[in-house]
Amino acid sequence: MCRLAAADSRILLLTGDLGYMVMEPFRQQFPDRFFNVGVAEQNMIGLATGLAEAGFLPYTYSIATFASLRPFEFIRNGPVLQNLPVRMVGMGAGFEYGHAGPTHYGTEDIAALRTLPGLTVVIPADPAQTVTAMEVTSKLPGPVYYSLGKDDRAVLPQLGGRFELGRAQFIGAGGDVAIVSMGSLSREAVAAADELAARGIKSTVAVVSNFNPDPNDDLAELLAHSSQAITVEAQAISGGLGACVATIIATHGLSCRLRTLAVKTSPDGTSGSQEDRWRKHGLDRGSIVSSVLAKARVAYR
Amino acid sequence: MHLHVLDREINRLNTVRRIILAQSRRANVGHIGSCLCIVEILVALYEYVMKTAPIEDPERDRFILSKGHGALALYAVLALNGHITEDDLNAFCGEDSIFGVHPEKAVPGIDFSTGSLGHGLSIAAGAALAALIQKSRRQIYCLISDAECNEGSVWEAAMFASQHQLGNLHVIVDFNGQQALGLTRDVLDSSNLAERWASFGWRVSEADGHSIPALVDALTSESPARDPHVVLAKTVFGRGVSYMEQGRPITQAHLPVQPINWHYLPMSDREYEIALEELEPAG
Repeated sequence: MCRLAAADSRILLLTGDLGYMVMEPFRQQFPDRFFNVGVAEQNMIGLATGLAEAGFLPYTYSIATFASLRPFEFIRNGPVLQNLPVRMVGMGAGFEYGHAGPTHYGTEDIAALRTLPGLTVVIPADPAQTVTAMEVTSKLPGPVYYSLGKDDRAVLPQLGGRFELGRAQFIGAGGDVAIVSMGSLSREAVAAADELAARGIKSTVAVVSNFNPDPNDDLAELLAHSSQAITVEAQAISGGLGACVATIIATHGLSCRLRTLAVKTSPDGTSGSQEDRWRKHGLDRGSIVSSVLAKARVAYR
Repeated sequence: MHLHVLDREINRLNTVRRIILAQSRRANVGHIGSCLCIVEILVALYEYVMKTAPIEDPERDRFILSKGHGALALYAVLALNGHITEDDLNAFCGEDSIFGVHPEKAVPGIDFSTGSLGHGLSIAAGAALAALIQKSRRQIYCLISDAECNEGSVWEAAMFASQHQLGNLHVIVDFNGQQALGLTRDVLDSSNLAERWASFGWRVSEADGHSIPALVDALTSESPARDPHVVLAKTVFGRGVSYMEQGRPITQAHLPVQPINWHYLPMSDREYEIALEELEPAG
Protein backbone atom coordinates (compact mmCIF):
# COMPACT_ATOMS: atom_id res chain seq x y z
CA MET A 1 0.00 0.00 0.00
CA CYS A 2 2.72 2.46 1.00
CA ARG A 3 4.68 1.69 -2.15
CA LEU A 4 1.59 2.21 -4.33
CA ALA A 5 0.72 5.41 -2.48
CA ALA A 6 4.25 6.79 -2.85
CA ALA A 7 3.98 6.34 -6.60
CA ASP A 8 0.43 7.65 -6.99
CA SER A 9 -0.67 10.77 -5.13
CA ARG A 10 -4.34 10.04 -5.93
CA ILE A 11 -4.36 7.18 -3.42
CA LEU A 12 -6.23 7.72 -0.14
CA LEU A 13 -6.86 5.17 2.60
CA LEU A 14 -10.18 5.02 4.46
CA THR A 15 -10.76 2.59 7.30
CA GLY A 16 -13.95 1.72 9.14
CA ASP A 17 -12.08 1.97 12.46
CA LEU A 18 -10.23 -1.32 11.95
CA GLY A 19 -6.65 -2.27 11.20
CA TYR A 20 -4.71 -2.15 14.46
CA MET A 21 -1.04 -2.79 13.59
CA VAL A 22 -1.97 -2.62 9.89
CA MET A 23 -2.72 1.05 9.29
CA GLU A 24 0.21 2.54 11.18
CA PRO A 25 2.86 2.66 8.42
CA PHE A 26 0.49 4.31 5.94
CA ARG A 27 -0.85 6.68 8.56
CA GLN A 28 2.66 7.76 9.55
CA GLN A 29 3.89 8.14 5.99
CA PHE A 30 0.77 9.81 4.56
CA PRO A 31 -1.10 11.46 7.44
CA ASP A 32 -3.08 13.73 5.11
CA ARG A 33 -4.24 10.81 3.00
CA PHE A 34 -5.51 8.60 5.82
CA PHE A 35 -9.08 8.80 7.17
CA ASN A 36 -10.60 6.78 9.95
CA VAL A 37 -14.25 7.27 9.03
CA GLY A 38 -15.53 5.51 12.14
CA VAL A 39 -17.63 2.37 12.38
CA ALA A 40 -19.77 3.32 9.39
CA GLU A 41 -19.18 1.11 6.36
CA GLN A 42 -22.02 2.44 4.22
CA ASN A 43 -20.76 5.98 4.60
CA MET A 44 -17.21 4.78 3.92
CA ILE A 45 -18.23 3.46 0.49
CA GLY A 46 -20.31 6.59 -0.20
CA LEU A 47 -17.38 8.83 0.71
CA ALA A 48 -15.09 6.80 -1.53
CA THR A 49 -17.58 7.19 -4.38
CA GLY A 50 -17.56 10.97 -4.05
CA LEU A 51 -13.77 11.06 -3.69
CA ALA A 52 -13.23 8.84 -6.74
CA GLU A 53 -15.47 11.02 -8.89
CA ALA A 54 -13.24 13.98 -8.00
CA GLY A 55 -10.15 12.14 -9.24
CA PHE A 56 -8.89 10.29 -6.15
CA LEU A 57 -8.13 6.58 -5.88
CA PRO A 58 -9.64 5.69 -2.50
CA TYR A 59 -8.96 2.37 -0.77
CA THR A 60 -11.47 1.31 1.89
CA TYR A 61 -10.67 -1.17 4.62
CA SER A 62 -12.67 -3.33 7.00
CA ILE A 63 -13.22 -6.97 7.94
CA ALA A 64 -14.47 -8.82 4.85
CA THR A 65 -18.10 -9.21 5.82
CA PHE A 66 -18.40 -5.61 7.08
CA ALA A 67 -16.54 -4.34 4.03
CA SER A 68 -18.83 -6.08 1.59
CA LEU A 69 -22.20 -7.23 2.87
CA ARG A 70 -23.10 -4.29 5.13
CA PRO A 71 -22.56 -1.72 2.35
CA PHE A 72 -23.44 -4.07 -0.52
CA GLU A 73 -26.04 -1.72 -1.99
CA PHE A 74 -23.71 1.28 -1.63
CA ILE A 75 -21.12 -0.69 -3.61
CA ARG A 76 -23.70 -1.63 -6.25
CA ASN A 77 -25.17 1.86 -6.66
CA GLY A 78 -21.90 3.70 -6.05
CA PRO A 79 -18.59 2.65 -7.58
CA VAL A 80 -20.13 -0.14 -9.67
CA LEU A 81 -23.09 1.75 -11.18
CA GLN A 82 -20.96 4.85 -11.72
CA ASN A 83 -17.83 2.92 -12.78
CA LEU A 84 -15.47 4.68 -10.39
CA PRO A 85 -12.04 3.42 -9.26
CA VAL A 86 -12.81 2.61 -5.63
CA ARG A 87 -10.62 -0.14 -4.10
CA MET A 88 -12.34 -2.08 -1.34
CA VAL A 89 -10.32 -4.32 0.95
CA GLY A 90 -12.07 -7.01 2.96
CA MET A 91 -9.72 -8.50 5.54
CA GLY A 92 -9.94 -11.97 7.07
CA ALA A 93 -11.28 -13.97 4.14
CA GLY A 94 -13.29 -17.13 4.81
CA PHE A 95 -12.84 -18.42 8.35
CA GLU A 96 -9.72 -16.44 9.20
CA TYR A 97 -11.50 -14.79 12.13
CA GLY A 98 -12.39 -18.29 13.32
CA HIS A 99 -12.63 -17.73 17.07
CA ALA A 100 -14.52 -14.44 16.56
CA GLY A 101 -17.52 -16.46 15.47
CA PRO A 102 -20.00 -16.46 12.59
CA THR A 103 -20.67 -12.69 12.60
CA HIS A 104 -17.04 -12.21 11.53
CA TYR A 105 -16.78 -14.89 8.84
CA GLY A 106 -16.18 -13.80 5.25
CA THR A 107 -18.04 -16.65 3.67
CA GLU A 108 -20.42 -14.86 1.29
CA ASP A 109 -18.54 -11.75 0.19
CA ILE A 110 -17.14 -13.20 -3.03
CA ALA A 111 -20.33 -15.03 -3.98
CA ALA A 112 -22.34 -11.83 -3.40
CA LEU A 113 -19.96 -9.41 -5.11
CA ARG A 114 -19.45 -11.74 -8.09
CA THR A 115 -23.03 -10.86 -9.04
CA LEU A 116 -21.83 -7.36 -10.02
CA PRO A 117 -20.21 -7.68 -13.46
CA GLY A 118 -18.63 -4.23 -13.24
CA LEU A 119 -16.71 -5.11 -10.08
CA THR A 120 -13.39 -6.92 -10.33
CA VAL A 121 -13.14 -9.37 -7.43
CA VAL A 122 -9.64 -10.38 -6.36
CA ILE A 123 -8.96 -13.26 -3.98
CA PRO A 124 -5.23 -13.70 -3.50
CA ALA A 125 -4.02 -17.05 -2.18
CA ASP A 126 -1.04 -15.70 -0.25
CA PRO A 127 0.86 -12.47 0.57
CA ALA A 128 3.15 -12.61 -2.48
CA GLN A 129 0.17 -12.94 -4.81
CA THR A 130 -1.55 -10.11 -2.92
CA VAL A 131 1.35 -7.78 -3.76
CA THR A 132 1.26 -8.71 -7.46
CA ALA A 133 -2.53 -8.51 -7.65
CA MET A 134 -2.70 -5.09 -6.01
CA GLU A 135 -0.09 -3.75 -8.40
CA VAL A 136 -1.71 -5.31 -11.49
CA THR A 137 -5.15 -3.98 -10.59
CA SER A 138 -4.19 -0.59 -9.15
CA LYS A 139 -4.68 1.29 -12.42
CA LEU A 140 -7.97 -0.32 -13.47
CA PRO A 141 -10.52 2.37 -14.35
CA GLY A 142 -13.36 0.62 -12.49
CA PRO A 143 -13.85 -0.66 -8.93
CA VAL A 144 -12.01 -3.60 -7.33
CA TYR A 145 -12.77 -5.69 -4.25
CA TYR A 146 -9.90 -7.53 -2.55
CA SER A 147 -10.62 -10.44 -0.21
CA LEU A 148 -7.40 -10.63 1.76
CA GLY A 149 -5.89 -12.99 4.31
CA LYS A 150 -4.28 -11.41 7.34
CA ASP A 151 -1.69 -14.10 8.03
CA ASP A 152 1.67 -13.12 6.49
CA ARG A 153 3.09 -16.55 7.25
CA ALA A 154 0.48 -18.41 5.22
CA VAL A 155 2.55 -18.64 2.04
CA LEU A 156 2.18 -20.78 -1.06
CA PRO A 157 5.71 -20.81 -2.53
CA GLN A 158 4.68 -22.91 -5.56
CA LEU A 159 2.57 -19.98 -6.74
CA GLY A 160 5.57 -17.65 -6.89
CA GLY A 161 3.30 -14.62 -6.49
CA ARG A 162 1.87 -15.07 -9.99
CA PHE A 163 -1.36 -13.20 -10.81
CA GLU A 164 -3.00 -12.34 -14.13
CA LEU A 165 -6.46 -10.85 -14.54
CA GLY A 166 -8.91 -13.32 -16.01
CA ARG A 167 -6.45 -16.21 -15.68
CA ALA A 168 -6.08 -19.17 -13.35
CA GLN A 169 -2.64 -20.13 -12.04
CA PHE A 170 -1.64 -23.78 -12.27
CA ILE A 171 0.44 -25.81 -9.86
CA GLY A 172 1.36 -29.27 -11.13
CA ALA A 173 0.11 -30.87 -14.32
CA GLY A 174 -1.37 -34.22 -13.35
CA GLY A 175 -4.25 -35.63 -15.38
CA ASP A 176 -6.21 -37.72 -12.87
CA VAL A 177 -8.03 -34.93 -11.11
CA ALA A 178 -8.33 -31.16 -11.34
CA ILE A 179 -8.41 -29.41 -7.97
CA VAL A 180 -9.72 -25.86 -8.37
CA SER A 181 -9.12 -23.74 -5.30
CA MET A 182 -9.52 -20.18 -4.11
CA GLY A 183 -7.88 -18.04 -1.44
CA SER A 184 -5.82 -19.36 1.43
CA LEU A 185 -7.40 -22.80 1.02
CA SER A 186 -5.13 -23.17 -2.00
CA ARG A 187 -2.44 -24.24 0.47
CA GLU A 188 -4.70 -27.08 1.58
CA ALA A 189 -5.35 -27.95 -2.07
CA VAL A 190 -1.62 -28.16 -2.83
CA ALA A 191 -0.99 -30.20 0.32
CA ALA A 192 -3.81 -32.54 -0.69
CA ALA A 193 -2.30 -32.84 -4.18
CA ASP A 194 1.00 -33.89 -2.59
CA GLU A 195 -0.75 -36.55 -0.50
CA LEU A 196 -2.63 -37.80 -3.53
CA ALA A 197 0.61 -37.98 -5.51
CA ALA A 198 2.05 -40.18 -2.77
CA ARG A 199 -0.89 -42.50 -3.42
CA GLY A 200 -0.27 -42.45 -7.16
CA ILE A 201 -3.03 -40.02 -8.11
CA LYS A 202 -1.76 -37.18 -10.27
CA SER A 203 -3.51 -33.83 -10.06
CA THR A 204 -3.41 -30.27 -11.28
CA VAL A 205 -4.23 -27.49 -8.84
CA ALA A 206 -5.81 -24.46 -10.49
CA VAL A 207 -5.72 -21.43 -8.21
CA VAL A 208 -8.53 -19.01 -9.04
CA SER A 209 -7.68 -15.52 -7.80
CA ASN A 210 -10.20 -13.31 -9.49
CA PHE A 211 -13.68 -13.01 -10.96
CA ASN A 212 -15.00 -10.37 -13.37
CA PRO A 213 -13.32 -11.29 -15.60
CA ASP A 214 -13.65 -14.96 -14.68
CA PRO A 215 -10.84 -17.31 -15.75
CA ASN A 216 -13.26 -19.16 -18.02
CA ASP A 217 -10.86 -20.06 -20.81
CA ASP A 218 -8.16 -21.47 -18.52
CA LEU A 219 -10.66 -23.50 -16.54
CA ALA A 220 -12.50 -24.76 -19.63
CA GLU A 221 -9.19 -25.94 -21.07
CA LEU A 222 -8.26 -27.72 -17.83
CA LEU A 223 -11.68 -29.27 -17.34
CA ALA A 224 -11.89 -30.45 -20.94
CA HIS A 225 -8.91 -32.69 -20.17
CA SER A 226 -10.11 -33.82 -16.73
CA SER A 227 -12.50 -36.65 -15.93
CA GLN A 228 -12.83 -35.42 -12.35
CA ALA A 229 -12.77 -32.00 -10.76
CA ILE A 230 -13.13 -30.80 -7.21
CA THR A 231 -13.56 -27.21 -6.09
CA VAL A 232 -12.36 -25.96 -2.71
CA GLU A 233 -13.44 -22.64 -1.21
CA ALA A 234 -14.40 -21.10 2.11
CA GLN A 235 -17.47 -19.53 0.51
CA ALA A 236 -21.17 -20.21 0.30
CA ILE A 237 -21.94 -22.97 -2.16
CA SER A 238 -24.31 -20.67 -4.07
CA GLY A 239 -22.51 -18.28 -6.34
CA GLY A 240 -18.90 -18.97 -5.46
CA LEU A 241 -16.13 -20.93 -7.15
CA GLY A 242 -18.08 -24.20 -7.30
CA ALA A 243 -20.93 -22.46 -9.08
CA CYS A 244 -18.48 -20.89 -11.53
CA VAL A 245 -16.86 -24.24 -12.36
CA ALA A 246 -20.23 -26.00 -12.64
CA THR A 247 -21.37 -23.37 -15.12
CA ILE A 248 -18.23 -23.81 -17.21
CA ILE A 249 -18.68 -27.60 -17.30
CA ALA A 250 -22.35 -27.29 -18.25
CA THR A 251 -21.98 -24.54 -20.87
CA HIS A 252 -19.09 -26.31 -22.57
CA GLY A 253 -20.87 -29.68 -22.44
CA LEU A 254 -17.88 -31.27 -20.69
CA SER A 255 -18.07 -34.80 -19.30
CA CYS A 256 -15.99 -33.88 -16.25
CA ARG A 257 -17.55 -34.99 -12.95
CA LEU A 258 -17.56 -32.28 -10.30
CA ARG A 259 -17.57 -32.31 -6.53
CA THR A 260 -17.85 -28.97 -4.73
CA LEU A 261 -16.31 -28.44 -1.32
CA ALA A 262 -17.74 -25.22 0.11
CA VAL A 263 -19.74 -23.81 2.99
CA LYS A 264 -23.07 -25.59 2.68
CA THR A 265 -24.68 -25.14 6.06
CA SER A 266 -25.89 -22.19 8.08
CA PRO A 267 -23.83 -21.19 11.12
CA ASP A 268 -24.68 -23.37 14.13
CA GLY A 269 -23.38 -21.02 16.80
CA THR A 270 -20.00 -22.68 17.17
CA SER A 271 -16.62 -21.14 16.50
CA GLY A 272 -13.05 -22.38 16.42
CA SER A 273 -9.72 -21.85 14.70
CA GLN A 274 -9.64 -21.43 10.93
CA GLU A 275 -8.29 -24.98 10.64
CA ASP A 276 -11.12 -26.26 12.85
CA ARG A 277 -13.67 -24.50 10.65
CA TRP A 278 -12.07 -25.95 7.51
CA ARG A 279 -12.35 -29.44 9.01
CA LYS A 280 -15.91 -28.83 10.18
CA HIS A 281 -17.01 -27.80 6.71
CA GLY A 282 -14.92 -30.49 4.98
CA LEU A 283 -12.49 -28.10 3.31
CA ASP A 284 -9.12 -29.11 4.81
CA ARG A 285 -6.48 -31.19 3.06
CA GLY A 286 -7.74 -34.45 4.60
CA SER A 287 -11.26 -33.77 3.37
CA ILE A 288 -9.98 -32.97 -0.10
CA VAL A 289 -7.98 -36.20 -0.21
CA SER A 290 -10.82 -38.38 1.01
CA SER A 291 -13.23 -36.70 -1.35
CA VAL A 292 -10.97 -37.42 -4.32
CA LEU A 293 -10.40 -41.01 -3.15
CA ALA A 294 -14.14 -41.59 -2.69
CA LYS A 295 -14.78 -40.27 -6.14
CA ALA A 296 -11.95 -42.36 -7.52
CA ARG A 297 -13.55 -45.47 -6.06
CA VAL A 298 -16.84 -44.58 -7.74
CA ALA A 299 -15.06 -43.93 -11.00
CA TYR A 300 -13.10 -47.15 -11.00
CA ARG A 301 -15.96 -49.36 -9.90
CA MET B 1 -37.97 46.59 -12.21
CA HIS B 2 -38.63 44.59 -9.13
CA LEU B 3 -41.99 43.47 -10.50
CA HIS B 4 -40.37 42.50 -13.76
CA VAL B 5 -37.94 40.21 -11.98
CA LEU B 6 -40.79 38.77 -10.00
CA ASP B 7 -42.79 38.08 -13.17
CA ARG B 8 -39.85 36.41 -14.73
CA GLU B 9 -39.44 34.28 -11.65
CA ILE B 10 -43.10 33.24 -11.58
CA ASN B 11 -42.90 32.33 -15.22
CA ARG B 12 -39.78 30.34 -14.61
CA LEU B 13 -41.36 28.39 -11.79
CA ASN B 14 -44.51 27.79 -13.80
CA THR B 15 -42.51 26.64 -16.77
CA VAL B 16 -40.75 24.06 -14.60
CA ARG B 17 -44.09 22.90 -13.20
CA ARG B 18 -45.59 22.71 -16.71
CA ILE B 19 -42.72 20.51 -17.85
CA ILE B 20 -43.19 18.24 -14.82
CA LEU B 21 -46.91 17.94 -15.47
CA ALA B 22 -46.59 17.50 -19.23
CA GLN B 23 -43.90 14.85 -19.04
CA SER B 24 -45.62 12.99 -16.20
CA ARG B 25 -48.83 12.93 -18.23
CA ARG B 26 -47.08 11.86 -21.44
CA ALA B 27 -45.15 9.10 -19.66
CA ASN B 28 -48.15 8.28 -17.43
CA VAL B 29 -46.04 8.07 -14.28
CA GLY B 30 -46.32 9.23 -10.67
CA HIS B 31 -43.94 10.97 -8.22
CA ILE B 32 -45.59 14.20 -9.39
CA GLY B 33 -46.11 15.63 -5.90
CA SER B 34 -42.48 14.94 -4.97
CA CYS B 35 -41.29 16.85 -8.04
CA LEU B 36 -43.66 19.82 -7.62
CA CYS B 37 -42.56 20.49 -4.06
CA ILE B 38 -38.86 20.95 -4.91
CA VAL B 39 -39.27 23.35 -7.84
CA GLU B 40 -38.33 26.50 -5.89
CA ILE B 41 -35.40 24.73 -4.22
CA LEU B 42 -33.96 23.69 -7.58
CA VAL B 43 -34.58 27.05 -9.24
CA ALA B 44 -32.98 28.85 -6.28
CA LEU B 45 -29.92 26.60 -6.52
CA TYR B 46 -29.49 26.63 -10.28
CA GLU B 47 -30.36 30.29 -10.91
CA TYR B 48 -29.11 32.10 -7.84
CA VAL B 49 -26.77 29.99 -5.73
CA MET B 50 -24.65 27.50 -7.64
CA LYS B 51 -22.02 28.02 -10.30
CA THR B 52 -22.89 25.14 -12.63
CA ALA B 53 -21.30 26.06 -15.94
CA PRO B 54 -19.34 25.21 -17.89
CA ILE B 55 -19.82 21.51 -17.25
CA GLU B 56 -16.16 20.77 -18.07
CA ASP B 57 -14.97 23.12 -15.33
CA PRO B 58 -13.84 21.00 -12.37
CA GLU B 59 -14.26 24.07 -10.16
CA ARG B 60 -18.00 24.32 -10.74
CA ASP B 61 -20.31 23.54 -7.83
CA ARG B 62 -21.85 20.08 -7.56
CA PHE B 63 -25.44 19.09 -6.92
CA ILE B 64 -26.56 15.67 -5.74
CA LEU B 65 -30.26 14.86 -5.84
CA SER B 66 -30.35 12.26 -3.11
CA LYS B 67 -34.14 12.13 -3.22
CA GLY B 68 -33.72 10.79 -6.73
CA HIS B 69 -37.45 10.34 -7.36
CA GLY B 70 -37.58 14.09 -8.00
CA ALA B 71 -35.42 13.74 -11.10
CA LEU B 72 -38.06 15.06 -13.49
CA ALA B 73 -37.97 18.41 -11.68
CA LEU B 74 -34.19 18.43 -12.09
CA TYR B 75 -34.46 17.59 -15.80
CA ALA B 76 -36.85 20.53 -16.21
CA VAL B 77 -34.39 22.91 -14.54
CA LEU B 78 -31.46 21.48 -16.52
CA ALA B 79 -33.48 22.07 -19.71
CA LEU B 80 -34.20 25.67 -18.76
CA ASN B 81 -30.49 26.19 -18.15
CA GLY B 82 -29.49 24.69 -21.47
CA HIS B 83 -27.79 21.56 -20.16
CA ILE B 84 -30.32 19.29 -21.89
CA THR B 85 -32.77 19.75 -24.76
CA GLU B 86 -36.50 19.43 -25.29
CA ASP B 87 -35.85 16.17 -27.15
CA ASP B 88 -34.10 14.96 -24.01
CA LEU B 89 -37.16 15.84 -21.96
CA ASN B 90 -39.31 13.88 -24.37
CA ALA B 91 -37.07 10.87 -23.75
CA PHE B 92 -38.26 10.84 -20.11
CA CYS B 93 -39.30 7.28 -19.29
CA GLY B 94 -38.63 6.22 -22.88
CA GLU B 95 -37.14 2.86 -23.84
CA ASP B 96 -33.37 2.53 -23.42
CA SER B 97 -33.37 6.12 -22.16
CA ILE B 98 -30.93 7.80 -19.79
CA PHE B 99 -33.84 9.98 -18.58
CA GLY B 100 -35.48 7.66 -16.08
CA VAL B 101 -37.54 8.41 -12.99
CA HIS B 102 -34.26 8.58 -11.03
CA PRO B 103 -31.20 10.53 -12.22
CA GLU B 104 -28.26 8.92 -14.02
CA LYS B 105 -24.81 10.45 -14.34
CA ALA B 106 -24.98 9.85 -18.09
CA VAL B 107 -27.23 12.94 -18.23
CA PRO B 108 -25.27 16.16 -18.91
CA GLY B 109 -25.17 18.19 -15.70
CA ILE B 110 -25.75 15.20 -13.42
CA ASP B 111 -22.62 14.01 -11.62
CA PHE B 112 -23.96 11.04 -9.66
CA SER B 113 -26.59 8.39 -10.18
CA THR B 114 -28.93 8.30 -7.21
CA GLY B 115 -32.31 6.93 -6.28
CA SER B 116 -31.73 4.71 -3.27
CA LEU B 117 -32.65 6.91 -0.31
CA GLY B 118 -29.85 7.46 2.18
CA HIS B 119 -27.13 7.12 -0.47
CA GLY B 120 -26.58 10.65 -1.71
CA LEU B 121 -25.37 12.40 1.42
CA SER B 122 -22.35 10.18 1.92
CA ILE B 123 -21.40 10.69 -1.73
CA ALA B 124 -21.82 14.42 -1.19
CA ALA B 125 -19.61 14.27 1.90
CA GLY B 126 -16.95 12.47 -0.19
CA ALA B 127 -17.24 15.13 -2.89
CA ALA B 128 -16.92 17.86 -0.24
CA LEU B 129 -13.88 16.18 1.33
CA ALA B 130 -12.33 15.89 -2.13
CA ALA B 131 -12.79 19.63 -2.71
CA LEU B 132 -11.13 20.45 0.62
CA ILE B 133 -8.16 18.14 -0.08
CA GLN B 134 -7.81 19.70 -3.53
CA LYS B 135 -8.05 23.17 -1.97
CA SER B 136 -10.92 23.94 -4.34
CA ARG B 137 -13.54 26.56 -3.51
CA ARG B 138 -16.32 24.55 -5.16
CA GLN B 139 -19.39 23.94 -3.00
CA ILE B 140 -21.38 20.73 -2.76
CA TYR B 141 -25.18 20.84 -2.50
CA CYS B 142 -27.29 17.81 -1.67
CA LEU B 143 -31.08 17.63 -1.60
CA ILE B 144 -32.58 14.98 0.66
CA SER B 145 -36.09 14.49 1.95
CA ASP B 146 -37.34 14.51 5.53
CA ALA B 147 -38.40 10.87 5.23
CA GLU B 148 -34.95 10.05 3.89
CA CYS B 149 -33.68 11.00 7.33
CA ASN B 150 -35.16 7.64 8.43
CA GLU B 151 -32.05 6.06 6.88
CA GLY B 152 -29.20 5.44 9.30
CA SER B 153 -26.66 6.13 6.57
CA VAL B 154 -27.77 9.79 6.52
CA TRP B 155 -26.55 10.11 10.09
CA GLU B 156 -23.32 8.24 9.40
CA ALA B 157 -22.56 10.88 6.79
CA ALA B 158 -23.80 13.70 9.04
CA MET B 159 -21.37 12.66 11.79
CA PHE B 160 -18.47 12.47 9.35
CA ALA B 161 -19.23 15.87 7.82
CA SER B 162 -19.20 17.71 11.15
CA GLN B 163 -16.17 15.79 12.45
CA HIS B 164 -14.22 16.80 9.33
CA GLN B 165 -15.60 20.36 9.24
CA LEU B 166 -16.98 20.09 5.73
CA GLY B 167 -18.05 23.73 5.58
CA ASN B 168 -18.40 23.43 1.80
CA LEU B 169 -21.25 20.93 2.17
CA HIS B 170 -24.81 22.24 2.05
CA VAL B 171 -27.77 19.96 2.58
CA ILE B 172 -31.31 20.99 1.80
CA VAL B 173 -34.02 18.90 3.46
CA ASP B 174 -37.28 18.87 1.53
CA PHE B 175 -39.39 19.07 4.67
CA ASN B 176 -42.82 18.15 3.28
CA GLY B 177 -43.95 16.11 6.27
CA GLN B 178 -44.99 13.01 4.44
CA GLN B 179 -43.56 9.82 3.11
CA ALA B 180 -44.55 7.01 0.82
CA LEU B 181 -47.20 5.43 3.04
CA GLY B 182 -48.19 8.19 5.43
CA LEU B 183 -47.35 11.36 7.29
CA THR B 184 -43.87 11.38 8.79
CA ARG B 185 -45.33 12.15 12.22
CA ASP B 186 -47.26 8.86 12.00
CA VAL B 187 -44.40 6.79 10.60
CA LEU B 188 -41.20 8.07 12.23
CA ASP B 189 -41.77 11.52 13.63
CA SER B 190 -39.28 13.97 12.17
CA SER B 191 -40.72 17.21 13.53
CA ASN B 192 -37.57 17.86 15.56
CA LEU B 193 -35.15 17.57 12.64
CA ALA B 194 -33.64 20.96 13.50
CA GLU B 195 -32.54 19.73 16.92
CA ARG B 196 -31.29 16.46 15.49
CA TRP B 197 -29.09 18.09 12.86
CA ALA B 198 -27.83 20.65 15.37
CA SER B 199 -26.95 17.88 17.81
CA PHE B 200 -24.90 16.24 15.04
CA GLY B 201 -22.80 19.40 14.82
CA TRP B 202 -24.44 21.07 11.84
CA ARG B 203 -25.33 24.70 11.34
CA VAL B 204 -29.10 24.66 10.87
CA SER B 205 -31.19 27.17 8.92
CA GLU B 206 -34.90 27.04 8.29
CA ALA B 207 -36.61 28.53 5.25
CA ASP B 208 -39.89 28.59 3.40
CA GLY B 209 -39.16 26.04 0.69
CA HIS B 210 -41.38 27.88 -1.77
CA SER B 211 -39.79 31.30 -1.35
CA ILE B 212 -36.83 31.88 -3.63
CA PRO B 213 -35.52 34.88 -1.60
CA ALA B 214 -35.77 32.89 1.65
CA LEU B 215 -34.02 29.89 0.14
CA VAL B 216 -31.30 32.02 -1.45
CA ASP B 217 -30.75 33.88 1.82
CA ALA B 218 -30.43 30.65 3.74
CA LEU B 219 -28.22 28.93 1.19
CA THR B 220 -25.85 31.87 0.85
CA SER B 221 -25.69 32.70 4.55
CA GLU B 222 -22.17 32.51 5.89
CA SER B 223 -20.76 31.41 9.16
CA PRO B 224 -17.31 31.91 10.66
CA ALA B 225 -17.37 28.27 11.76
CA ARG B 226 -16.59 25.54 9.27
CA ASP B 227 -19.58 23.41 10.22
CA PRO B 228 -21.55 21.81 7.42
CA HIS B 229 -24.84 23.55 6.77
CA VAL B 230 -28.35 22.15 6.52
CA VAL B 231 -31.36 24.15 5.35
CA LEU B 232 -34.68 22.72 6.46
CA ALA B 233 -36.93 23.85 3.64
CA LYS B 234 -40.59 23.67 4.62
CA THR B 235 -42.50 22.56 1.55
CA VAL B 236 -46.01 21.55 0.56
CA PHE B 237 -46.29 18.24 -1.23
CA GLY B 238 -47.72 18.71 -4.72
CA ARG B 239 -47.22 22.49 -4.49
CA GLY B 240 -49.06 24.45 -7.16
CA VAL B 241 -51.85 21.99 -7.87
CA SER B 242 -54.55 22.31 -5.24
CA TYR B 243 -56.03 18.84 -5.52
CA MET B 244 -52.56 17.33 -5.19
CA GLU B 245 -51.80 19.48 -2.14
CA GLN B 246 -55.04 18.16 -0.64
CA GLY B 247 -54.33 14.55 -1.59
CA ARG B 248 -57.51 14.46 -3.63
CA PRO B 249 -57.84 12.47 -6.83
CA ILE B 250 -60.33 14.00 -9.29
CA THR B 251 -61.19 11.29 -11.75
CA GLN B 252 -60.05 8.32 -9.71
CA ALA B 253 -62.95 8.83 -7.32
CA HIS B 254 -62.83 5.36 -5.80
CA LEU B 255 -59.56 6.28 -4.03
CA PRO B 256 -59.71 7.79 -0.55
CA VAL B 257 -58.55 11.37 0.00
CA GLN B 258 -55.13 10.99 1.60
CA PRO B 259 -51.94 13.03 1.35
CA ILE B 260 -49.91 10.20 -0.12
CA ASN B 261 -52.02 9.73 -3.25
CA TRP B 262 -49.90 11.98 -5.43
CA HIS B 263 -46.71 10.26 -4.40
CA TYR B 264 -47.84 7.41 -6.62
CA LEU B 265 -50.67 8.36 -8.93
CA PRO B 266 -50.24 9.33 -12.55
CA MET B 267 -52.71 11.94 -13.81
CA SER B 268 -55.66 11.28 -16.05
CA ASP B 269 -56.17 13.68 -18.99
CA ARG B 270 -58.83 15.55 -17.00
CA GLU B 271 -56.56 15.86 -13.98
CA TYR B 272 -53.79 17.16 -16.23
CA GLU B 273 -56.12 19.81 -17.68
CA ILE B 274 -57.18 21.00 -14.23
CA ALA B 275 -53.59 21.13 -13.04
CA LEU B 276 -52.55 23.24 -16.03
CA GLU B 277 -55.45 25.66 -15.51
CA GLU B 278 -54.32 26.26 -11.94
CA LEU B 279 -50.89 27.44 -12.98
CA GLU B 280 -50.49 31.06 -13.99
CA PRO B 281 -50.40 31.45 -17.76
CA ALA B 282 -46.86 31.45 -19.12
CA GLY B 283 -45.56 34.38 -21.20
